[in-house]
Amino acid sequence: MISELLSATVLIGILASGIRLATPYLYAAIGETFGQKSGVLNLGVEGQMLLGSFAAFYVAFNTGSLWLGLLAAILVGAAMGLAMAYVTVNLRAQQGISGIGFYLFGLGMSELLFQILMGTVETAQGFPKVYIPGLSDIPGIGEIFFSQNVLVYGAFLLVPLSSFVLNKTTLGLKIRAVGENPDAADSLGVSVARIRYFTIILGGALSGIAGASLSIALLNVFQQNMTSGLGFIAVALVYFGGWKPLGVLWGALLFSMVNSLQLWIQVLGIPIPSDIAVMMPYVLTILVLIASVSRVRSPSALSKPFERES
Amino acid sequence: MTDQDTKLPSGRTRIENLEMRGITKRFPGVLASDHVDFDVKSGEVHALLGENGAGKSTLMKILYGLYKPDEGEVFLNGKPVAIASPTDSIDLGIGMIHQHFMLVPTLTVAENVALGLPSSRGFMTDLDVVSKRILELAKIYGLKIDPDAYVWQLSVGQQQRVEIIKALYRGAALLILDEPTAVLTPQEVDELFVIMRQMTKDGHGLIFISHKLHEVVEISHRVTVLRDGRKIGTRPTSEITKQDLANWMVGREVGLTPDRGTVQRGEARLELKDVSCDSDRGTPGLRGVNLEVHSGEILGIAGVSGNGQRELAETIVGLRKTTNGRIILEGGDVAGLSPAELTNRMLSYIPEERMRDGVIREFTVAENLILREHEKAPYSRSGFLDLGEISRHADELIKRFQVKTPSSETLAKNLSGGNIQKIVLAREISRAPRVIIAAQPTRGLDIGATEYVREQLLEQRRLGVAIMLISEDLDEILALSDRIAVLYEGQVMDIVPRAQATPEKLGLLMAGIRSEESLSVVK
Repeated sequence: MISELLSATVLIGILASGIRLATPYLYAAIGETFGQKSGVLNLGVEGQMLLGSFAAFYVAFNTGSLWLGLLAAILVGAAMGLAMAYVTVNLRAQQGISGIGFYLFGLGMSELLFQILMGTVETAQGFPKVYIPGLSDIPGIGEIFFSQNVLVYGAFLLVPLSSFVLNKTTLGLKIRAVGENPDAADSLGVSVARIRYFTIILGGALSGIAGASLSIALLNVFQQNMTSGLGFIAVALVYFGGWKPLGVLWGALLFSMVNSLQLWIQVLGIPIPSDIAVMMPYVLTILVLIASVSRVRSPSALSKPFERES
Repeated sequence: MTDQDTKLPSGRTRIENLEMRGITKRFPGVLASDHVDFDVKSGEVHALLGENGAGKSTLMKILYGLYKPDEGEVFLNGKPVAIASPTDSIDLGIGMIHQHFMLVPTLTVAENVALGLPSSRGFMTDLDVVSKRILELAKIYGLKIDPDAYVWQLSVGQQQRVEIIKALYRGAALLILDEPTAVLTPQEVDELFVIMRQMTKDGHGLIFISHKLHEVVEISHRVTVLRDGRKIGTRPTSEITKQDLANWMVGREVGLTPDRGTVQRGEARLELKDVSCDSDRGTPGLRGVNLEVHSGEILGIAGVSGNGQRELAETIVGLRKTTNGRIILEGGDVAGLSPAELTNRMLSYIPEERMRDGVIREFTVAENLILREHEKAPYSRSGFLDLGEISRHADELIKRFQVKTPSSETLAKNLSGGNIQKIVLAREISRAPRVIIAAQPTRGLDIGATEYVREQLLEQRRLGVAIMLISEDLDEILALSDRIAVLYEGQVMDIVPRAQATPEKLGLLMAGIRSEESLSVVK
């Protein structure tokens, strides 16, 4: 039975779907990285993804435009981010608890809207595969890396882009400073509030895209609670990745490959109880978090509301 | 006036004269600044002196744009200016060196300097350009600095230089230095003063906040004293004595040098033999420490912060495990005993973090006063607290130790730092201890409270108690100790009798330099 897993076709299949499945993790976890780098822990990623996922599907389904669907997901995610920013920056709420609140809001609201506006599960045509000329013809490699849809490419491009923004731009310098020592940043005229608003809204928008990638690019369907914990894994990936986009990439790939493997195990009918197979990514989350404890130091001001000393 | 006269070496125009008039700031329930006038001129050091809560920081935070004044105006070279944020003050040429450094440890020197400034490359950083300018400024002002070093790698003195460079880079003509010497070794203080003198010579104006009188007398040209938010006066430093300044600050006669008297040194009550322990990070905290504290003696432990002081105190009082060695309290080995068992052996502890380890903030004064003895009669019997007795006990101690509190039922968190320390002191001293470990007992306290704490420690010494005084304040160590041990990287560098101790000698030891003459360990 194991030998079936090792055939070239199956291996290529596992790797190709592994790359594809990394997409939502990447968008959500990189968005979360920006927030945490600036000192804000957003546990509401899952909720933002669910609403983004629904918005993308609903708009795309009704207008026939995938791009409008994506835009809707971005706007909904950003709006959730704006609300989160107001609660954590202006009202200085406890970030962990308010994040859970936003998760529950997103969960409930996406379900409610689904019931009112759709009622039944529909399927739609998602973003089609884009074959990169030349590269997609390479045997194996071409199928794994260069025959994916546009959101997959976007997710992987986001890694070097976000790394550049964080490390080579004045904005990135401000984000890092605000997350490590907001008092210092404040004393130099950097607006802690503005930076945190920016990162939380950006994180929300990216979570929205992560949700959209599920409903209009990977699974092409919207169901209740369809993210099933993926947003929380994305938060864990930020810790695993040591608050670096490249680290997040490795983490995302690890998870998506395991996920892909368990899907293929089920497809091939290998006699492992499906419950056990489905559990694998979650068990991995726990193991990975145990392994990454105290490996890298978190931003010093993480989850601390900022207030000028009096 | 020629261009040469009005420009600073950094290329920035001088601030000839800055004046704050009638500055008033109210916080709920407090008048933090009450119509205060203050001014500083190009080429002078103007010291701002006052007790905690006198309004020094409030005044300077207003000047730097961190607070908005309720009343009053600021004039720069005679013209009124509006300062609504740090950005405004930086634009006007005002820089501030904060008491707690405003640096991001995980960033490099250049990144810390560049933070918040527009870049010559638009949205991308231009750290190479910044580094070049830093080196230029470093050369002009004689500050040694590596722009590529990470701030966490730097010593405290070096970090302060980064702060100064940061301000100069932003074109500061006038610098506010908020208690800049509090964290420095004596040698680093000397280096800072050299830099400060150079800066005033070049035409910078400096505001020097401190409560160390001898430093104010040494470095400043004029001094202004604040008390309870009001200005008491401004005088040329040459026309006023330390004693006058102290009396101005406190509002009454104060004794600057406590009367030590002579006490016969008795038997060794606390001995540490080759004691080692780990720090919180798992690195060696103490490395083979040998010390003795005798009855009727104060053994001072000097050292720069983070050289094992906290580990030393915590090991002795049973809060930290030893990895090696023996701790002998009145003849018995007590290493590994719990704090409760040490309490029964009459060991008292005045912890460094009084708000965290000294009191329970949410408990009343009376409850805090019996924390150590609450399981014993007369405060409790068979597990039941005797509230009447506890309250009587509290009232007595409040009177004896002059604690300013509305009642014994007031929560500790509502008292001032000085009064909280009095509660700790009352609890630890009133039980007639045999040995006292006092860690930073006057840190952050004003002159009045400091004077009181020191007198109480000297009184205990007269009563024959063995006292270990751990302090980063060299003046305090020199004023109280009979012998002084210097800790450096978890080791005792040397033990010096008070008569032979000078700030210079101790400063070298604190920096880890053992001069040849002091190589022999003095017992």
